[in-house]
Amino acid sequence: MFRSQNRGNSQPRWLFSFVVMVIFFLSVLPLGRLAMTGISSAFDGGARELLSDPAVWQAVYDTLTTSFLGMIAAVILGGGFALLLTLFDVRGKTALGFLFMLPTMIPPQVTALAWIGMTGPSSALLKAIGMAPALGSPQPLYSIGGIALLYGVQNAPLVFLSLRAGLLALPRDGVEAARLSGASSWQVLKDVILPLSLPGFVAGAAIAFVSCVGNFGIPAILGIPASIYTLPTLIYSKFAAFGPGTFGDVSLLSGLIAILSVIGLTVEERVLRGRDYRVIGLSGQVAMFRLGNWRLLGELVLWLLIFIMLVMPLTALIASSLAPAYGVPLTPATATLDAYREVLFKQAITRTAFVNSVFLSLATAVGLLVVTVLTGYYLVRSKSRLAPVLSALAEIPYALPGIVLAVALILVFAAPIPIIGISIYGTIWIILIAYFSSFFAVSLKPVVSAFRQLDPSLEEAARLSGAGFGRRLIDIVVPLVAPAAGASVILVFLIACNELTVSAILWSAGTQTLGVAIYNLDDSGSFNLAAALSVLVVIMVIAMMLVLELMAKKLPKGVVPWRS
Amino acid sequence: MAKLILNRLSKAFETGGRPAVNDVSLEVRDGGFLALLGPSGCGKTTVLRMIAGFEQPTDGAILLGDRVLADAGEMVAPEHRNMAMVFQSYALWPHMSVADNVGYPLKVRGISGNKKKAKVREALNAVRLEAYADRRPADLSGGQRQRVALARCLVTEPDVVLLDEPLANLDRHLRQEMEETFREFHARSGATMIYVTHDQAEAMALATDVAVMSEGKLLQVASPQEIYARPEGRLVGGLVGQGAILKWPAASAKNRLLDWENLQQLLSSSDSAECADILVRPQDVEISGEGMPATVTSVLFEGERYALKLTLGDEQILRAFSRQPVQVGDKVSIILRSAWRL
Repeated sequence: MFRSQNRGNSQPRWLFSFVVMVIFFLSVLPLGRLAMTGISSAFDGGARELLSDPAVWQAVYDTLTTSFLGMIAAVILGGGFALLLTLFDVRGKTALGFLFMLPTMIPPQVTALAWIGMTGPSSALLKAIGMAPALGSPQPLYSIGGIALLYGVQNAPLVFLSLRAGLLALPRDGVEAARLSGASSWQVLKDVILPLSLPGFVAGAAIAFVSCVGNFGIPAILGIPASIYTLPTLIYSKFAAFGPGTFGDVSLLSGLIAILSVIGLTVEERVLRGRDYRVIGLSGQVAMFRLGNWRLLGELVLWLLIFIMLVMPLTALIASSLAPAYGVPLTPATATLDAYREVLFKQAITRTAFVNSVFLSLATAVGLLVVTVLTGYYLVRSKSRLAPVLSALAEIPYALPGIVLAVALILVFAAPIPIIGISIYGTIWIILIAYFSSFFAVSLKPVVSAFRQLDPSLEEAARLSGAGFGRRLIDIVVPLVAPAAGASVILVFLIACNELTVSAILWSAGTQTLGVAIYNLDDSGSFNLAAALSVLVVIMVIAMMLVLELMAKKLPKGVVPWRS
Repeated sequence: MAKLILNRLSKAFETGGRPAVNDVSLEVRDGGFLALLGPSGCGKTTVLRMIAGFEQPTDGAILLGDRVLADAGEMVAPEHRNMAMVFQSYALWPHMSVADNVGYPLKVRGISGNKKKAKVREALNAVRLEAYADRRPADLSGGQRQRVALARCLVTEPDVVLLDEPLANLDRHLRQEMEETFREFHARSGATMIYVTHDQAEAMALATDVAVMSEGKLLQVASPQEIYARPEGRLVGGLVGQGAILKWPAASAKNRLLDWENLQQLLSSSDSAECADILVRPQDVEISGEGMPATVTSVLFEGERYALKLTLGDEQILRAFSRQPVQVGDKVSIILRSAWRL
């Protein structure tokens, strides 16, 4: 007779240990190691030396200014878009929403390259239309303001999503009651909607701030040429000039980033905690305001913003990639596909980067799926009090900037792994582990939403039919969460393929990723090659986003990040 | 197959509060059909889920014959209990065809090929769904889904079949048809069946035994006839049949079944005697020229008769039937032909 002590739970006993192990290795171990190194170097005097370095304080100051200004730009752009698209009767909402979300999925270094291609004296686009500034005039984006502006463009969608989710949850009857009380549209907006959507604004601003603090691609391309260092690029330059104190220094700097991020995330969490009152009353359908004669103007403004934020930089990027050489004017006669031929077929480095990125992203997406299906199952089905703690721990590595995690993993793996004695530092495997850790939460979220929607009795019926855990998983659970699992794979692949921050710290010869290849090409002056590679990446991003968009109807709510 | 025994079964959830199931002892004879009846939140579903093995008792034990299925220390996993269940939501797997749904328990047991096909066909025949074998559950109506769920129970000859409010999501017409199907199913399979419901009419119509639960406790177990005729306590009396409960100075009466003569005697002889609850069913209330005065407070035309609500002189409420039309506010005289002291 088979007996067990699993207290009526549907999971085998090993599942709990498995989930605890996964979360320990992907989250607790690296971050704990980082904290330990940071604390110990703070006590042995390394900290005093580092903190007396004015360059560090300049970097903190620059990080805070760029992030703060970037946050404001993101709030203005994203907030305006969310209000207009959600509350007013503008046409083409789906298209506008999709296009507005694109910048956040395009890797930051590509955004930076595209904008460089749009401005400055050597812009192929401006030259082609004869509007380029005189040679020798400065590139305006190589500045605090330029970095902040691009932060704003990159992170505006985060504010957009946060605010939109709040606006969609607004109680419709509350708005109607205000109307019946005699309030005009403007008064309803001012007295009911804006106060109720304030948490969405604040939360979106907080996430945008955290995202700015951890951004590496934009300050690396725009800041380093102008000797403007933010904390992430400072860490990068410390690694470039490797010395005996490097590990202590970078763990302290990562600690600073982590503290700034935790402040931001705490603000977000606090604000959203008070959100429950919103579900009172009917929600889901938003009160519509009619713009009347203003509608055309509103639509024009929205499309103009899309044009400036997306179409122009991407056109500039394409123009740069078609230009025969840096600075040569682009005309129909001089346009050439040489750059594409070069990056696709000739350059060994870009080919390696393609292979590496595709391998890493596929391995991460598929490998993580196996882990997250089991973990998600445990987190949703378990009645244990530990489950919420575990699920919070799983979220941390993705919530923290990638650079913090990269540094943490270097600390863990700098020495050979105990017992087996193999060192994976400098190999592609450390990047793979970092991706697993970093994108665990990305992969987990769609799977968990699918599990939450799954009627537990479907699995109970299978149990009574006599199916054990593995059998149920294969026959019942996996087929039913398959659409969400598919979305999870595409999403992780998309994000991992475009990733730069983690691999910029962890790569070495032969293990560069696409992100690193683009950055290095630009760094070595091959702007047209960097642009061509970027164009290919953008095409890939758009294609995958479209696939997810087409799948969206079959997926549980909240799986596709730009839909709400 | 063997007797299913619940021995002093209790379940307290970690969230605290009063136990969901409190010291329930019950025996279901082999091949019996037990209805667990009670208002929602009374613990009946928790009992069912403990029998299935989805919850572990915190005290007491569940036995099938002399085999211990579960106690506070250990339990047999649901997949090894040879039970089947019809869920309130039917729990059909949307990604499998009707035949695959029904055949799944066989597939898990390693039965395949012609033997499996024959058994699935037989089970689908029994619920008259053979024509729908290749459809998806989504293409079926509520009643058809219910029958697929039933066929899935039929296919493996389980020791115990559990039914969790299986008719709750069906309309009235379909309910009657399904009740018939359940009776047929019980007669054909000979399995022990446990049926959870909050609808007393359903319980009475189907079961060979009815167990009434309230607030986690078992109040009474008996045959439907017995429960109807001799309910124990206010809760059971109020739940079964449409009777009204009156306060009557009947605490000293020797018999529990009281006729009109007894009732009048009690009322006149001992004005100061202790009151007791008596149950009066509407069909035992006769409107006649003499008897107690009462006022009609509501009238509902039910087709074959009128259902009345009456108020007695002391504001107590009584239900009655009348063949003649009556108006709200009419003063009538009534005789209570029979009452049951609870």
